[in-house]
Amino acid sequence: MDKKRKVKNIILSLLVVAALILILAALTRLFMPKYMGEVKEGALIGEYYDEEKDFDVVFVGDCEVYENFVPLVLWEEHGINSYIRGSAQQLIWQSYYLTEETLKYEKPDVVVFNVLSMKYNEPQKEAYNRMTIDGMRWSPSKVGAIKASMFESESFIEYVFPILRFHSRWNELEREDFRYFFGNEKVGDNGYYMQLGVVPVDYIPEPKILGTYEFGEASWEYLNKIKDICAENDVELVLIKAPSLYPEWYPEWDEQIVDFAEENDLKYVNFLECTDEIGLDFSTDTYDAGLHLNLSGAEKLTSYFGDYLAENCDLEDRRDEPELSALWENKKTAFYERKAELEEKFCEK
Amino acid sequence: MLFTSYTFIAFLIILFLVYYLLPHKWQWVITLCAGLFFYAYAFKDPGKQFGFFFIIITIITTYLSARLIDRNLKIQQEYVKTNKETLDRDVKKAYKEKMRKKRLLILTGCLVLNFGILAVLKYTNFAISNVNGVIKLFGSEAAVGSVDFVLPLGISFYTFQSMGYLIDVYRGKYESVRNPFKFALFVSFFPQLIQGPISRYDDMADSLFVPHSFDFTRVSRGIERILWGYFKKVVIADRMLVGVKEIIGAPDTYFGFYVFLGAIFYALELYADFTGGIDITIGIAEVLGIKVRENFERPYFSKSIKEYWRRWHISLGAWFTEYLFYPVSVSKPSLKLSKWSRAHLGEKVGKRLPVYIATISVWLITGIWPGAAWNFAVWGLGNCFFIMLSEELEPLYDKFHKRFNVLGTTPWKIFQILRTFAIMCSLRMLDCYRNVPVTFKMFGTMFTRFNAPEVFREGLWNIGLSIPDYIVLLCGTAVLFTVSMIGRHGDVRKRVFAKNPVVTVSVCSILLILILVFGAYGIGYDASQFIYNQF
Repeated sequence: MDKKRKVKNIILSLLVVAALILILAALTRLFMPKYMGEVKEGALIGEYYDEEKDFDVVFVGDCEVYENFVPLVLWEEHGINSYIRGSAQQLIWQSYYLTEETLKYEKPDVVVFNVLSMKYNEPQKEAYNRMTIDGMRWSPSKVGAIKASMFESESFIEYVFPILRFHSRWNELEREDFRYFFGNEKVGDNGYYMQLGVVPVDYIPEPKILGTYEFGEASWEYLNKIKDICAENDVELVLIKAPSLYPEWYPEWDEQIVDFAEENDLKYVNFLECTDEIGLDFSTDTYDAGLHLNLSGAEKLTSYFGDYLAENCDLEDRRDEPELSALWENKKTAFYERKAELEEKFCEK
Repeated sequence: MLFTSYTFIAFLIILFLVYYLLPHKWQWVITLCAGLFFYAYAFKDPGKQFGFFFIIITIITTYLSARLIDRNLKIQQEYVKTNKETLDRDVKKAYKEKMRKKRLLILTGCLVLNFGILAVLKYTNFAISNVNGVIKLFGSEAAVGSVDFVLPLGISFYTFQSMGYLIDVYRGKYESVRNPFKFALFVSFFPQLIQGPISRYDDMADSLFVPHSFDFTRVSRGIERILWGYFKKVVIADRMLVGVKEIIGAPDTYFGFYVFLGAIFYALELYADFTGGIDITIGIAEVLGIKVRENFERPYFSKSIKEYWRRWHISLGAWFTEYLFYPVSVSKPSLKLSKWSRAHLGEKVGKRLPVYIATISVWLITGIWPGAAWNFAVWGLGNCFFIMLSEELEPLYDKFHKRFNVLGTTPWKIFQILRTFAIMCSLRMLDCYRNVPVTFKMFGTMFTRFNAPEVFREGLWNIGLSIPDYIVLLCGTAVLFTVSMIGRHGDVRKRVFAKNPVVTVSVCSILLILILVFGAYGIGYDASQFIYNQF
């Protein structure tokens, strides 16, 4: 084979390999869930990276934060610039790694952690893990979150090359997979996932009797880690329990959190104990019969918590900052547009 | 470490890099270390580590026995040469016989030890279950407890390969290997360790120990073969497995036409699984520059069962023929039997009886070689029955062909191929159901319970396969069939792709995409090992 032909072959081969890499990258993007249809929660985590990272308060936790707190209310009422880093069934180690990652980007004054996930001592569902982890950017925190969350049947490499995990979606691709191929729409408002529906509470399931009410070792380990990393970064940690009527928040669990907060000089607010003060009406303020609040309930809860934060956490009112105010004006517009859109859809239904 | 696991693929990538980046003279040592690591990895779980030592026992005993046999032969040759003038013929003959017996003793000892290990580990529980069955027949409740052995990975393959080597050395076909580590590499060459092919030492030695420089064409062709193997295994076999498992797993639900469907699916799954595994093996060896023999030659195009077995798992058939069938056929008891039967049963029967006894023995062993169970034994004997039947019917065939001039015509060839395929599918049902009475019962339902319309109407979608799955399977099978058809006239890769390396890279890329997208792997699919790994 003459030299010229050899060089030509090498160049052509390299081009084929480059095309292969491009195709695989495109297929990966195509097969990965976009979370733009019925289930949108998986898109929340990734939205944080587009933000100006200068928040005063960062919420971390599961659905009990991203559906129950409205950052816009905190801004409008108290000038608190806040963000929610929450995702569906976000496990405590995922919350820890998200806190760790957030603290690398910025140093908020307060981190608010919802303690419901203390009840899970081991990974629960791969699909939920993915909703949290796939949205994270690559960093040691993401690696840690993956390692802590993986099931035995999973492999780390499936997170590195998601096509290995999602390839089987080739026969279930939907219009949204093509529509959002080049990028997702924004689904959250500073991490808040708006719900407008109303499904009143008419029945609360009888709580199950548990074998043990002690939180697991891993839960304690990561709660301590969250506490430590906040202390190391001079960030105040506030523990909360959102006012969901079920799944049950057992008094035995609450006692353990109360003790922990006391021992470590942390603030802990169990909103279940002050639903009347908040003004929650579970016949109008929940969209799923008591599990989560709708916008009306979330606004009431946020307003109440805003007062608490302003009183107890020494937070500045930043409404006089022109750039931040302008930013929030835009966010406010987007928020009300989303609200109007949802209301329209809601009326159509 | 399954061939289809990410760990194995990472292991391969590291090996390929180390193999060509370090000085080439160390390549055989690297391959040996890789093989031992690969093998040890299979026994990494607590309580299983002991299993690793069986291969070491086989390596050491076979190496030493071969060296002793060789030494004995050399002493004999030296003695005869030195005393050529002084020794008379009878003394020389007696001396040679004495030495041969010594060699035979060493050979027998090693064979008994190694086949003994294989028999004990693999067949003890089978024997115990049969003893318990007999005890139960006599109304006793007593039962012998089963034994919990760790069955070493690929024990049948490495034992057969090692013993083949020893017998060849005994027969003086080649000299024993001096370097024990080189022999260890021959036995533990990892790609073929778990599902063959069963290589002969003289086939492999030339390429196994010599340095290989990086040759882009050879390496890319090896990778292409590996990917082709993965395509067969992951896209076709493992997807087909879903349907096969469903049908086989519920005989009360899936009878009649389902059984027919299951048998066809299983034939395809087994072919794609086994040949896929062998393609990966040969491809890895090709990347390393090592020559491994082919193990398949389009078996489903065979026109008779005998031909099928010359084309399916070729190395196993060759091993049995060379080291079992011929020795049994020409053994003293066999010759005595031949003489006796000719005298007492007549020339025609007498001539065949010893051959048939040897054939039956070989097929019985071939049957139970994959697994210690009656279904495998019956499967082996079933093959034997059809082979012997076709031998016996030869005169009838001749008459038929004289009368009807169809021999060699395309329709007749197609008929022969379909007939062979149908017989093989029927026999393989014993492998599927793994229970002799159930197999016969289910086979019977194909003719007694006609439910084909129901199967086509809704049954096809109830066995775990969706329309897209069937499309992938149909396309995959069509590709397999096309490649086989092209392969009738020579190596497909050489004929189609060899001219331009860009084509090879493109084919590799396409295969990789197809595997990654359409492969039945990861969450939602059961990680299944290759069927022959279990043997």
